[in-house]
Formats: sequence, C-alpha cells, structure tokens
Amino acid sequence: MALEDIVRRALAREVRAVSRLISIIEDRLEGFERAYAEIYPHTGRAHIIGITGPPGSGKSTLVDKLAMEYRKRGLTVGVVAVDPTSPFSGGALLGDRLRMQRHVLDDGVFIRSMGTRGRLGGLSRATSGAVDVLDAAGYDVVLIETVGVGQSEVEIASLADTVVLIQVPGLGDDIQVIKAGIMEIGDLFVVNKKDRPGVERVMAEIRTALELSEMSCVEGSWVPPILLTMAETGEGVAEVVDACGEHLKHLGEEGLAERRLRRARAETMEIASQRIWQGLSERPGASEEAQRLAEAVAARKADPYSAAAALYRLLVQ
Amino acid sequence: MDEGRKIRVLVAKPGLDGHDRGAKVIARALRDAGMEVIYTGLRQTPEQIVAAAIQEDVDVVALSSLSGAHGYLFPKVAKLLKERGIDDVLVIGGGVIPEDDFPELKAAGIAEVFTPGTSTAEVIDYIREHIKR
Ligand SMILES: Nc1nc2c(ncn2[C@@H]2O[C@H](COP(=O)(O)OP(=O)(O)OP(=O)(O)O)[C@@H](O)[C@H]2O)c(=O)[nH]1
Ligand SMILES: [Mg+2]
Repeated sequence: MALEDIVRRALAREVRAVSRLISIIEDRLEGFERAYAEIYPHTGRAHIIGITGPPGSGKSTLVDKLAMEYRKRGLTVGVVAVDPTSPFSGGALLGDRLRMQRHVLDDGVFIRSMGTRGRLGGLSRATSGAVDVLDAAGYDVVLIETVGVGQSEVEIASLADTVVLIQVPGLGDDIQVIKAGIMEIGDLFVVNKKDRPGVERVMAEIRTALELSEMSCVEGSWVPPILLTMAETGEGVAEVVDACGEHLKHLGEEGLAERRLRRARAETMEIASQRIWQGLSERPGASEEAQRLAEAVAARKADPYSAAAALYRLLVQ
Repeated sequence: MDEGRKIRVLVAKPGLDGHDRGAKVIARALRDAGMEVIYTGLRQTPEQIVAAAIQEDVDVVALSSLSGAHGYLFPKVAKLLKERGIDDVLVIGGGVIPEDDFPELKAAGIAEVFTPGTSTAEVIDYIREHIKR
C-alpha cells in the first residue's frame, strides 16, 4: 500500500491501515512526518484517558472492563498499552493484551501494544503518535495504559484529558502516588481489588493526601473522586466510566483547551529539542568536539556548563 | 536498541491444552534477543490470532501447540492471513509435532516447524534471516 492509501484508509478506520500507520510513525519510516501532517487535522475528537498505577494493580483488567462498558454505551474504543522495553536487550514482553483478547474480533475496539523503546522522555513519543492515529481514525475513546513508576505518570498526564490513578491495598505503608509526589495529576482515583483487605486504609490515605494538596482548596475546582472497583468481576467499572465523563464535562471547552495546549507545547518543545540535538550532531566535527569537551570536563580543565555552552555555539554560529 | 525498526512477534497458543510453558520460554528468549513480543495467552482461535496479529502489525506469528491440534489450527492461521491478502508475515510453529507432519504444514504456509529439541538461538536466527520486511 502506498502511504497516501494507508492514510486515507486509516482515516476510514480500516484496521490494517490504522495498524500500519501506527508502525510507520513508531518506527519513523520514510514519509512518517508527511503522514502525521495529514492525519493531524482529524485529531482532537476522542476522549483520551490515561490509566496508570503500580505493576500488577489491575490496569489491563480494568482497561478490558472499561472497553466493555464503553461498547455497551455504543462507543468505539482504541487502546494503547505501553510496557517497559528492557534496557539491556532493547526487547520487550508486551503482555497487556492478554487480558483484553475478548475484544479482538470486535471491530469497534482496536488494541495496540508498545514498548517504551528507551527514548528520551520515558513514555515513548510513539505513544502519542498511536493515540493521534486512533483519534484521527475516529475511535471515540482512547485508553492509554502505562505502568506507574514516577516519570511516566507525569507524561501520561500531559497526554491525556483525564488521568485515572489506580491503587491497590497491601502494597506497603505509604501509597506510591503520595511518595512520588504526583497526587496532583490524578483526576480520578481508583482503588482496585476491593476484595482484598486494607481497602479502607488506602482510601483514607488518598483522601488525606488530597485534602492536603492545594488544588482542593480552590473554589469550584474538580475534586477527584475515589472509586472502588473489582476489575476482575467488573464491579464499580460503570462508575469509573461515569466519573470520566463527568470529569470531561467539568473541564468544559476551556479546561480541555488548556490541557491540550499543555500537551501541544510539551510535544512541540520535545520534538524541537530533538531536532536541535540532531542538527548539532550533524555539524561537521561536532562529535569530535563533543568528545574533546567531555575529556576536558573529565580532566577538570573545563566545567560542564561552559563545555555545553561551547557546544551550543557550534550549533548557532 | 535506539530508534528504528524492531522485529515484532506475536506468540500465540491455539488449541485447548492448558500449558504455555514452552510459549513463555520462547517469548522470553525473543525478548532477550531484542524483539518485541506480544503474548496473547492460551486457547486462542485462529481468527483471534490473526485479528491480533493485524492490530499489532507483527512481522512474525509464532504458534505453539502441544495438543496435536497443529494439524488443523496452524494451517488455518496461515490460510486466514492469506485470505486477507497478508503475505509479509512469517508464520512459524513449534511444539510436540511429529516430523511426518512437517511437509503438510509447510505446504500449508507454515514457514518452519521447531520441535522441543530446537535451541532458542536457532529460532532467533531463523526469524532474523527470514522476516519478510
Ligand atoms: N483479587 C483481585 N485481583 C485482581 C483484580 N483485578 C485484577 N486482578 C488480578 O491482578 C493481576 C494483575 O492484573 P493486570 O490487569 O495484569 O494488572 P496490570 O496492572 O495491568 O499489570 P502490569 O501491566 O503487569 O503492570 C491479575 O492476576 C488479575 O487477575 C481484583 O479486582 N481483585
Ligand atoms: Mg497490564
């Protein structure tokens, strides 16, 4: 298939073309920027929801049930499930789909697994690309699953309209979001595995942390609900879907525009800085100069800041 | 391990038997060889395997079977792919499969068949040499 065909068919939600286009963007194959430019005007319609939480907390199980609930309500669903790429081999075991296979023959659901591929910035740029393809293809809701280990939560927050933070009982003394200082990015808190002991305690901890955070003091601001689920059985999942809808409604046009401006700014700056870096490394003599400067810094003949400034001058001169 | 193409493999287990140790061993080995491995779990029908392979845009579908169901299920996967006009996906099979069955499987579109005696290194080399894009 020619690139133009792939784009046209992906916009018509033809599964093979959607899938191919995601690969083209993920692998940065010939013409990917042109393809991106063509699909981008068609994005901005889907409700993008990020689902994150500790390993094994039930994210995939919840995504599976959320997709079921959205389907019941007549909406189409795209899923991007991100798992870490091994820093040693560059390979990845992508196992999230395992829990979502029931949807595979439903053409109202598209599921794509991805590795983080060790790009600068953690959550891969490709994730953003896949989300845009699914959005442009006309999926009503796009769910992004990422494992929450610090940085990726912050990135998912910049990508999603609504962020669902999952917690589970029995992970230890302090819940992880509080420790990592990322309470602020959660629009919804889900305490999954309500069949396990310790649920009350997790809920109380989240509540306390939310009360302490400054956000909740501002009048009229969104108060993140804390919901209880048993993803395994689907209990409480309809309420999560309701709450995501309420959050979107609360954002309103203005709030949504603000979020999306934040995402656009972060992405554009990231791509720009990559280009700047690339531009620098393509300058004749740049890598030798970088090596020479690094040696000077290591030998304490230069400090890292003036060395970096010297490299930068190479680019702008 | 930077940007650029990565070999993507769907490891699937058609049929009704309830073990997937072999499939998991090969999945890990491929991961350690730098590939992205999508694992879909037990008891998948050929239709489900093919639909997942399309959504994941994989280069390889690796089928594993212990139950003797390979004779019907492996060719079915190859046939469904062909019916959809997909000719750039390498289909390989593994498991307890009698050598007598190899010719028929290959004629049906299974590129290569690996038995429990095959080292994972052989499978990795085979994939690297034979992927179609
Ligand atoms: N007891 C109980 N177990 C659950 C519940 N929801 C999910 N699980 C189980 O928790 C385990 C992990 O579920 P996943 O959905 O794979 O969790 P995950 O967060 O996606 O895991 P990773 O992607 O590996 O980080 C599985 O064995 C699920 O069956 C629940 O409500 N109660
Ligand atoms: Mg998962």
